[in-house]
Amino acid sequence: MKSFFFLLTACVVMALAVWAYRQNYETQATLREVDALREDISQLRERAGVLRAEWAFLNRPERLADLADMNFDRLGLLPLRPEHFGQIEQIPFPVEQVQDVMLREEAE
Amino acid sequence: MTRTPLRPLARILVARRAGENPDAIERANLVARHEADRDAQRQRAEGRLLVLGVAFLCAFAMVGLRMSALAASDPAEPRSAASGAQIVATRADITDRNGRILATNLSTHALYAQPPHMIDPVKAARQLAKIFPDLSEERLLKQFTGERKFIWIKRRISPEQQQAVFDIGDPGLLFGPREMRLYPNGALAAHVLGGAGFGREGVNSAEVIGVAGIERALDTEMRDPGRGDVPLTLSLDLTIQAAVERVLEGGMRLMNARGAAAVLMDIHTGEIVSLASLPDFDPNDRPRPLTQGDQAESPLFNRAVQGLYELGSTFKIFTIAQGIEERLVSQSTWIDTTGPLRWGTHRIRDFRDHGKALTVEDVIVKSSNIGTARVAMMIGPERQQGFLGSLGLFAPSPVELIEAPGAKPLLPRNWSEIHTMTISYGHGMSASPLHMATAYATLLNGGYKVTPTLLRRETPVIGPQVVSSNTSKQARDMLRKVVSEGTASLADVAGYHVAGKTGTADKPKAQGGYYDEKVIATFASVFPANDPKYVLVVTLDEPIDTTGEKPRRTAGWTAVPVAAEVIRRVAPLLGLAPDTSAGVTLARN
Repeated sequence: MKSFFFLLTACVVMALAVWAYRQNYETQATLREVDALREDISQLRERAGVLRAEWAFLNRPERLADLADMNFDRLGLLPLRPEHFGQIEQIPFPVEQVQDVMLREEAE
Repeated sequence: MTRTPLRPLARILVARRAGENPDAIERANLVARHEADRDAQRQRAEGRLLVLGVAFLCAFAMVGLRMSALAASDPAEPRSAASGAQIVATRADITDRNGRILATNLSTHALYAQPPHMIDPVKAARQLAKIFPDLSEERLLKQFTGERKFIWIKRRISPEQQQAVFDIGDPGLLFGPREMRLYPNGALAAHVLGGAGFGREGVNSAEVIGVAGIERALDTEMRDPGRGDVPLTLSLDLTIQAAVERVLEGGMRLMNARGAAAVLMDIHTGEIVSLASLPDFDPNDRPRPLTQGDQAESPLFNRAVQGLYELGSTFKIFTIAQGIEERLVSQSTWIDTTGPLRWGTHRIRDFRDHGKALTVEDVIVKSSNIGTARVAMMIGPERQQGFLGSLGLFAPSPVELIEAPGAKPLLPRNWSEIHTMTISYGHGMSASPLHMATAYATLLNGGYKVTPTLLRRETPVIGPQVVSSNTSKQARDMLRKVVSEGTASLADVAGYHVAGKTGTADKPKAQGGYYDEKVIATFASVFPANDPKYVLVVTLDEPIDTTGEKPRRTAGWTAVPVAAEVIRRVAPLLGLAPDTSAGVTLARN
């Protein structure tokens, strides 16, 4: 009986040693992966920063104004002026559709 | 353990037989038993002490080992645990109020040389001079063949230039990573942003520090690593800033002015929506300060904040408003305007004769110096100083720019009665356009003190009340009449009920006295007058309108049309729809 327990304990110790060994290497691999991901993230952040800067550069008001001037024939963009504000009364009422509805009601 | 009895029968019988006291045997046995007990206990205690001692030794040895390990090892980032609060080592971005970027960081490289590692210094110098036309070949060669072991060649280079330097293929030419500050909008809002440069420099990194404007004023905040990715949000609006600068530049050219400044401020919160000063510069390539001459002529000079000018008649409304607030006059009180008004050797005149008397309202509308001076005499120097001080006209502006604390308004050394009179119409005291905008905002928003700021405010900040809302309304009504009937008629932008006051002040000479033909023209305005939202101050330096028969310099012909165009252009962008009852023809589709 005593020798059986001794054998069992030895097996358990060996199993645990194998498990710990594998965990150790798995952890190291994961840490390496985390490092690589962090590196990727920081590079992507930097790229995003460059892209944001480029976006801001391409959208600077001066350039947009020049583009609007150059493409005036096609786009007809003008600076916003007070006259450009509309009022709700200025929107034409959909007269024809209302007539259609009335005609339909009469027919029924 | 077998216990020995205290009274062993054998020994007692022997003792009895010998006639001895058997109790002595019992006591002797008791003593022996106690001694044995004590020995056993001592042994146990000693054992425990030993165990405890070993445990303590182990614990302290552990602490000592851990400490020496920590002290001897290199610091390492925690790799396995995700850090909670993000730490970002770069300088915070600056954005406008809608999140559009005004300043950001870009990584580039710096180029340096280590001549001892160089293979062919002659070729390297020749090729470098080709890549960077601003470097001289002889000078580079002298540096490469001299004593020095380390030379900075260029602080910032583009990727194309880096590739070209790589192609030279000299191992003595090396690159260090650099973070640089980029202002993608160029000269836009240059005076607010200021610019950035390098502080302490090493091969592998360099400190980016603000050198002027808000970059310097809030330098520590922007460099704070705990700030993470949160950008600094300004109260400026990029679109509106661009529109204001464009109109102002056009106006400056048309009016042949040397410089121009404009401040557009939210009347209730004190947020500066636009702050422009011309001529301007590109903060990406900040020019050096002038080594000679007047710094005020440099493009670096922020006329809106640093420019202390006598702002002329725009001050009159403060005097009149105080007169009304203190119930010395009302809008309809008649004031004697017969000129000239003498005080000692001084004479105060009006631009044109207004006859014997004007009502207080007409003193503002027709801009009478004599009338204003008379109201100021009723108020007296002490109360006048108290009131102007409460509008923030005596202290440097608290705005977040490094230049602001240096721009303290210029006041007379001792404030006599003549100063009270001249300052009542804006002469003898200098303030910046920003001071003017702040004071107008405070006076006209219902009387609540406004603190100017360049940072976006999430919640409104209501300051203490300086004047009553009734006085504020009367002041607005009078200023509205200046535009509808008086000197600023060109500012009557249909639909926006502009109210404001012109001011034309002679420029002071550096050596004392005033120029005859050089003026500072200012128009301080508020719109819409019936429900005030924004304050706009436009200042032109030495404007001349040459479209008429005679050259005209007064603000009514110079600053006012420019301000009107700014309002016409900017008010729709601010989301203010025109009041259609005022005769604006709206678009028809």
